[in-house]
Amino acid sequence: MTDLLQSPWVATPSSETPGGPSDQQEPVEPDRFRPKNFSASDVGWLAGTLACSLAVVWGLFSQLTLLSGPFGFLVCWVGLFLALYWFVNLQVHDRLVATDRLVTAVVVVTAGAMLTPLVLITGYVFVKGWHLLSLHAFTHDQKGVLEFCPSGTRCVSAGVAHAIVGTLEQAAIAAVIGVPIGILTAVFVNEVRGGRLTQRVQKTVRVVVTAMSGVPSIVAGIFIYAVWVSSQQGLGMGFSGFAGSLALAVMLLPSVTRGTEEVLKVVHNDLREAAQALGSHEWRTVWSVVLPTARSGVITAVLLGIARIVGETAPLLVTIFGNTILNSDPLHGPQQALPLLVYEQVKLPLASAVSLGFMAALVLYLMVFVLFVLARLLGGVRVKGGLRYRRRTPMETEMVLAAAEGVRGGEFT
Amino acid sequence: VTNLASSVPPIVADIPKPITIRTERSRSDRTYRGLAWGAGSGTLILLFAIGLFLLVYALPAFRSQGWSFFTRTGFNTEGAHPAFGVASALYGTIVIAVIALFIALPVSLGSALFISEVAPRTLFRFIPFKQMLTALVDLMAAVPSVIYGLWGFFILQPREAGIARWLSAHFGWIPIFSVQSPIFTSSAFIAGTIVGIMIMPIITSLSREVFSLTPVSDKEGALALGASRATMVRRVVLPFGKGGLVGATMLGLGRALGETVAVSIIISLSFAISPHILEGRANSIAALIALRFGYGGKALGIPALLAIGLVLFMFTLMVNVIASWIVESQRRRSR
Repeated sequence: MTDLLQSPWVATPSSETPGGPSDQQEPVEPDRFRPKNFSASDVGWLAGTLACSLAVVWGLFSQLTLLSGPFGFLVCWVGLFLALYWFVNLQVHDRLVATDRLVTAVVVVTAGAMLTPLVLITGYVFVKGWHLLSLHAFTHDQKGVLEFCPSGTRCVSAGVAHAIVGTLEQAAIAAVIGVPIGILTAVFVNEVRGGRLTQRVQKTVRVVVTAMSGVPSIVAGIFIYAVWVSSQQGLGMGFSGFAGSLALAVMLLPSVTRGTEEVLKVVHNDLREAAQALGSHEWRTVWSVVLPTARSGVITAVLLGIARIVGETAPLLVTIFGNTILNSDPLHGPQQALPLLVYEQVKLPLASAVSLGFMAALVLYLMVFVLFVLARLLGGVRVKGGLRYRRRTPMETEMVLAAAEGVRGGEFT
Repeated sequence: VTNLASSVPPIVADIPKPITIRTERSRSDRTYRGLAWGAGSGTLILLFAIGLFLLVYALPAFRSQGWSFFTRTGFNTEGAHPAFGVASALYGTIVIAVIALFIALPVSLGSALFISEVAPRTLFRFIPFKQMLTALVDLMAAVPSVIYGLWGFFILQPREAGIARWLSAHFGWIPIFSVQSPIFTSSAFIAGTIVGIMIMPIITSLSREVFSLTPVSDKEGALALGASRATMVRRVVLPFGKGGLVGATMLGLGRALGETVAVSIIISLSFAISPHILEGRANSIAALIALRFGYGGKALGIPALLAIGLVLFMFTLMVNVIASWIVESQRRRSR
């Protein structure tokens, strides 16, 4: 009974050494334990568990060879580690803490598993392609490249200039077609005020745009093939870079629309009302107030959309057909593009072709990466006058504080 | 009271009638409205045009096969008696997508929880850790599929074939893991893995977004009642984000169904409907179109490909509309 009465938070005199008189007068609150508290001994336990499970699995692997390969090793290590970690925490703390730690560990492991392929793929593309990059590669196409180069003849090494030109042209034309229509569609959905009919159409368009963003790229490709390229049923314009651009524009449109719409939603209504109260036309409100406010977000949406279509292979496969020589005219004749070049070359049973494919893959990756970084940088401040300013990182805060200190100290006068 | 009422002068009924102001839009505004309507309805028409044109151009294929187009497994479009159908390709597409989901879902769920619940906002007080993770996930979604295919073909495939061999050796008694012929490359299992890796970032970023919408008061209430973080996630965050997670998974499924290049680099086509996913033969609608397109074809080659393309189009459309409806209703509920 007395045990029950004793609150767990009050230090009991019986458990204390009788030497401390101060302890008896004011009861010291023992540390409340929260699973979040991660003390130095917990770090020790974590490291110990990791090392122990590694040693056991390594021993099993090298001694008993139940499994082979790094993947099996990793899976066994992670599994054993999680089990051990739970058990150790169960012994050191209690079940609640052990479960919490286990869940946290699982979540961390899965996040690692998710980002590992990204790191591996990036590393692989760079390692395989980096040493192949040269000025020659950017200025030459595959003209005169023999599949089998007999000894004694002078071999021509191939470049990817034709594919780079093709990709740039196709992406540019697709952007010219897709971006204005995409932004206008977003404006229609979000900015046009109207009656019941308008609202109903807007709702339908919103659903359709979402549905379109999920259309497989190969379907967009065969649609353009059937309507534009094929002479059997369609217009019979033949394979060309422009046909590829059309297919890419079909892919670009919904992503631009969705991105733009997300930003337009965040623009404060006060701004629109203020513009209208000042007597501006509807188009003036959109052109001079709403779109400039949302500018950085729209740019991000456009750049991300372009980054996505630059890497699309499937629609190009059935619309531009591929080419081994430079064709800078997008309107006539088959063109080449970087992703298509990669796709075609790496399955050829030739070392030279495969390495050309790897080089093209690296160039493509760099292109996408640059577009992605640009989109991130320009999209930092989401909406001026809107809701979302980017939160300052602590470093930036410190820089601002330091700058303010400097101003106060008279450094910047 | 009556006194007070009588002292108020009666309301005189000479309030002017409300004037109806008729505004006429200026010509520039009419142009603007016309353009916006044009773009909006153009987008609307485009989607219907895709379906309609595919249907019209695929009609010869449908006409030659009739209803057996949906049940036949082979794909012979040439000769006097062409016999082809969508059954095996559709089955293969679904098998690859399901394998992809099996691999992607746990990893994405964990990563989304890591980013939204576990990861500190900053690391060492100056690295914006959360922002960085989100950016990395987005970058992973932006990496071209052909590069995934490349990596899957040269790096993942040889290693995963070993896993497949091990699985079939030890778990061969489960029907899906048994094999008839010991070739473990180019299988649906490997294609599904690479597609799974590709859809991970999509599922992660969407479900992270939904998880981060969980009301902070609910989360803090759970913690204040003595829940550990694991309990809080299980009892508050997951029930709240369930709908969003389902929707994100469906969107990932839609993407997995339509994946073309990575799958066609890896698989070798086969038209048998077999449950043995580890064996080196598989099928997929998108990959079938990509691989067979070069054949051209005199009679029904192209219409047949357009016909299976139409089936894929309708299927993904259905999945995506359901998915976005789920995500949208979840967002609305959280507002």
